[in-house]
Amino acid sequence: MSEDILSEVRRDYIYRLIKNGDRIGGRKADEYRDVSVEKGIIARAEGSARVKIGNTDVLAGIKAQIGEPFPDTPDKGVIITNAELVPLASPSFETGPPNENGVELARVVDKGIRGSKAIELEKLCLDAGSKVWIIFIDIHILDHDGNLIDASALASMAALTNTTLPYIRYEVGEEDEALLIKDTPIATTCADIGGEIVFDPCLDEENASNIELTVTTNANGDISGIQKRGAGKIPFGDISQIVDSSRRLAGELRKKL
Amino acid sequence: MQNRPEKLINDGVRLDGRGADEIRPIKIEAGVLNRADGSCYIEWGGNKVLAAVYGPREAHPRHLQDPRKAIIKYRYNMASFSVEDRKRPGPDRRSVEISKVSREALAPVLMLEYFPRSSIDIFVEILQADAGTRTTGITAASVALADAGIPMKNLVSAISVGKADGEVVLDLIREEDNYGEADMPVAMITETGDITLLQMDGNLTEEEFIKALNFAKKGCESVYKLQRRSLIEKYEKSCSD
Repeated sequence: MSEDILSEVRRDYIYRLIKNGDRIGGRKADEYRDVSVEKGIIARAEGSARVKIGNTDVLAGIKAQIGEPFPDTPDKGVIITNAELVPLASPSFETGPPNENGVELARVVDKGIRGSKAIELEKLCLDAGSKVWIIFIDIHILDHDGNLIDASALASMAALTNTTLPYIRYEVGEEDEALLIKDTPIATTCADIGGEIVFDPCLDEENASNIELTVTTNANGDISGIQKRGAGKIPFGDISQIVDSSRRLAGELRKKL
Repeated sequence: MQNRPEKLINDGVRLDGRGADEIRPIKIEAGVLNRADGSCYIEWGGNKVLAAVYGPREAHPRHLQDPRKAIIKYRYNMASFSVEDRKRPGPDRRSVEISKVSREALAPVLMLEYFPRSSIDIFVEILQADAGTRTTGITAASVALADAGIPMKNLVSAISVGKADGEVVLDLIREEDNYGEADMPVAMITETGDITLLQMDGNLTEEEFIKALNFAKKGCESVYKLQRRSLIEKYEKSCSD
């Protein structure tokens, strides 16, 4: 996720801790840092939420506009997810258009929401072929201490559950309506460090690892997105156990929404 | 835009006549380009994909150089005429992501530490697309890397698996990709069973996921045999010339 430089001493320390069944901060392998979700903090946005996972800090804002549907889906609304790795969050983030990490982050969050059908796109259609709601999910990373995807996905979901569509402002209805949310996809990420799997990797752990797996699961336990990242490989037999743990941890994170 | 076929699967038979765990016809040819250090052309169902490898060569710009090992550049590019609605040329968010995960899918087999400060450049051009282009691209790139003589621990094979009409199916065609319920590209080092790319879009239960993963493994085994054969054929040909 990040290109920060990790000293060899620190890397050895992280490896040694994990080999001994320990971790930075004394966490268990499948234990998240403290997670907090704060909703509705930006008055101008249609929905918003700020999520902290340990020192990682992410703000997601939802804006809704009326626009034209895509020609191949005339009766469906549109979701557009964008992530900005703004330079205030990390010395390794630079200004300019999103780089591949930002693009990947936004697309993993987006696919989780789409795969779970959390938002019924048909319900966002006002006039087939010409007028639909376009929902913009904009993710701002404020402080980067690892595991940006889980924080971003949780912030996006929290912001969506807090979203009101501005029917009055756009003169398409008498009353503003809450955005209907059908499911709550939750992303959980683990990293492989020296053959051991740890969930919710902090920044130093991410830098010591060359492989991460994000699994997004729905309220009913189905999988709605998977993404392997990093230049490493995962043994075939490890996958199903990771998915099991992901589902269980997602259940705990879901309670924070 | 075509309309959704009424059924994607009829009594276990797919639109192109295949069963759930059968792959499309695949033709792989190594060493098809003259200037590139290594190359590969694949026809995989309706996909036509060319891959070229240049390098190891000096990495530019210099700040990208890694003093300990070679860097990999991977560019996945779709030709504007490769799909039904013309694709605007140049990189978009989808191709940026695909390039990243494809590069990471090949990295585990490349012995990059042999070539500090250099770059191994992989260019994949999708000339005609019919679902599964990223996995076709990775399969082609892997053969092109071997054709370029770059030291590798093994070949990487890739295939997509997914769900259409409620059934887990191997090697999706366009209709199954567009109208199906899930798409899961997988890349593997077939001989060791290690997974180097895993993505999933859509929705699968755990049971379906496990089944899909096993289908993908079986598919990769077939792809791997064809990759190997294409390389052997190339050298047999150059020996007899």
